[in-house]
Amino acid sequence: MNILETRHIVKQYAEHRALDDVSLVVPKGSIFGLLGPNGAGKTSLIRIINQITAPDEGEVFLMGEHLNPNHIRHIGYLPEERGLYKKMKVGEQLLYLAQLKGLSEKEAMEKLKIWFVKFDIKTWWNKHIEDLSKGMQQKVQFVATVMHEPDLIILDEPFSGFDPINANLIKDEILELRDKGSTIIFSTHRMESVEELCDHIALINRSHKVLDGPKRAIKEQFKTHTYHVEYQGALSDLPSAFSVLSTKPIDDGFLRADIQIPPDAAVNDLIRHLIDRVAVRSFGENIPSMNDIFIKAVGATND
Amino acid sequence: MNTIFLIIKREYLVRVRKRSFVIMTILGPLLIFAFYAVIGWAAISSINQKKVAVIDESGRFANQFKDTKETTYSYLKQPLAQAKKQFAKSGYDALVFIPTNVIEQPKTVQIFAEKSVSLDLQNNIERAISKEIETIKLNQAGITRKIIEDAKVNVDAQTFSLRDSGEQNSSAIATSIIGYVCAFLIYISVFIYGTQVMRGVMEEKTNRIVEVIISSVKPFQLMMGKIIGVALVGLTQFMLWILLTVGLFTVGGQVFGDKVDRGRAAMQTSAAAGQGAAAAPEVRQAQQGVMNNVLRAIETLNIPLIVACFLFYFLGGYLLYSALFGAIGAAVDNETETQQFMFPITLPIIGAIAVAQFVIREPDGALAFWTSMIPFTSPVIMMVRVPFGVPGWELALSMFLLAIGFAGTTWLAARIYRVGILMYGKKVTYKELSKWVFYKA
Repeated sequence: MNILETRHIVKQYAEHRALDDVSLVVPKGSIFGLLGPNGAGKTSLIRIINQITAPDEGEVFLMGEHLNPNHIRHIGYLPEERGLYKKMKVGEQLLYLAQLKGLSEKEAMEKLKIWFVKFDIKTWWNKHIEDLSKGMQQKVQFVATVMHEPDLIILDEPFSGFDPINANLIKDEILELRDKGSTIIFSTHRMESVEELCDHIALINRSHKVLDGPKRAIKEQFKTHTYHVEYQGALSDLPSAFSVLSTKPIDDGFLRADIQIPPDAAVNDLIRHLIDRVAVRSFGENIPSMNDIFIKAVGATND
Repeated sequence: MNTIFLIIKREYLVRVRKRSFVIMTILGPLLIFAFYAVIGWAAISSINQKKVAVIDESGRFANQFKDTKETTYSYLKQPLAQAKKQFAKSGYDALVFIPTNVIEQPKTVQIFAEKSVSLDLQNNIERAISKEIETIKLNQAGITRKIIEDAKVNVDAQTFSLRDSGEQNSSAIATSIIGYVCAFLIYISVFIYGTQVMRGVMEEKTNRIVEVIISSVKPFQLMMGKIIGVALVGLTQFMLWILLTVGLFTVGGQVFGDKVDRGRAAMQTSAAAGQGAAAAPEVRQAQQGVMNNVLRAIETLNIPLIVACFLFYFLGGYLLYSALFGAIGAAVDNETETQQFMFPITLPIIGAIAVAQFVIREPDGALAFWTSMIPFTSPVIMMVRVPFGVPGWELALSMFLLAIGFAGTTWLAARIYRVGILMYGKKVTYKELSKWVFYKA
């Protein structure tokens, strides 16, 4: 089941086309990485999903329905450009934002209590935002995004401005929200957090969708059929199908080689040949990192 | 609908709770009151302040000087030279010397004082002396004072305006003042509350909270919520000012009134000996005459109509301009950039207040008519004209055009606003702004 689907979205700003025929499918319960270089069109797409702007062409479906104003309370959005009313008190401000999302004051109060206990910020209720540190403000902002228990949470660069401890706290929250049934769209440049959290990704470059699907499938698609082996001995006269890309010495007389095999060849054959010739210490597949994939995919479309 | 109410509530409460609002609301009437209180106090405290000694060698002026609020007179029976010597210790503020030959040579009257003599005091003394000399001379010629009084006819022209309801008393000055004060209040409040809207929009933009908010509400709702919220703040402030001012003056008036009465009573008893209490009631009657004229003129004005028009033109003018102020706030990144856009927008209303002075002189002229039809100037100009009486159809047309005007500026502002609030770090030009207007939402 898909929580969100966009079909052939086009968004035109004067001379600049921000999105061109972008179709995406976000499965329910996933953590969906929306990737792309600066200016690719990610924010434009997110704003369309939040109904801040409307697409020039194409359609958006949320939970199987045409996107409509009733969906606002089912979405929680943490924009990259974010902030709070500096002169307002924390509690008052969160109540206000929750009510704008359609919660009654009573409901909002109950939900906020839970979050204030959870983040251990009970003493902040009557503090003004301007008296909080930047990291503390970010926590309040995160609560504002998720307090109405949205089905779809959209986080644009959620970790910027957090120290490692708070970043971890937020990461755990994201995972917990996912486990409770929320879907998270996660827009970022930090490939290590994509690697860690996302199970689906889509890559947008220059207003076009370049790549999308489950992270595992994409890695599969980008794999180079190369394996690495650490060994002792002389690796010579391997069958010509296996090409040794590089060999370099590592510690204690061990060597490391990267070997490419034909797409249709079996890995077992390579292992058998290796065992016959050298003493193997370790063996594994060179799986492309998200960073490699990002650079490769963006590079390919830029050419 | 519920969300726009929430926005209005927040915008209203945040501003009303501000210390500056509370201070301004209390300080405004206090300052006005303090101003009048100082004047009143000065008037009261000057009672019995000046003591004047009179040496009347001619013997004709006994009890001719009547004690007033400002001065009391006493008669000395000692030679001038002695009086002058003792003057410093005597406690008198001034010494009047009337020589024996005053009737023949009136210029020989002398006034001595340690400090210079106030013009008022000098005039009073001169008037009293010349009046008495006049009477004496008239008597010598066989004419009594009574004949002169009868011969004097006091002409106080009353102005009337001819209207369908018949002849009514009117006072051109009172009408002009009321019109101009209303117009000026509208002019000032458009500026004060318009800039508040602009600042509010800029605050949301620079705080970067705006994107969080408009993921929950439409930009138009956010803009209108702010405009309406600030309008309510303005109305609240006006109401409080009026209530506090009226309250202060009622309470203060009673306190001062008592003092004045007591002062007068004291004066009258002291003056009773000197048979001269006649002057005070006369003066009071004359003052009451003027006041009555003004009050009568105000009574003939259509006060409910003026109040209704004031509220309509205040709200209309404010809505028209504050939408534009809001659009400026959305278009720019910081305060300094607002200048280039503020000027062309505020030009018409500054022009209107300048034109208002000509309209007061000729409230039915062509200039008055046209400037009270154009929505950008009508809130100010029409308020000047309303107290003079404006044909119903002109008023209706002007209000209708103003309504269209603010619907138009709100539409235009909303289109600039929704693009501007999400546009950072870009220096905007008019060309850019005109492009935003035609963007699809």
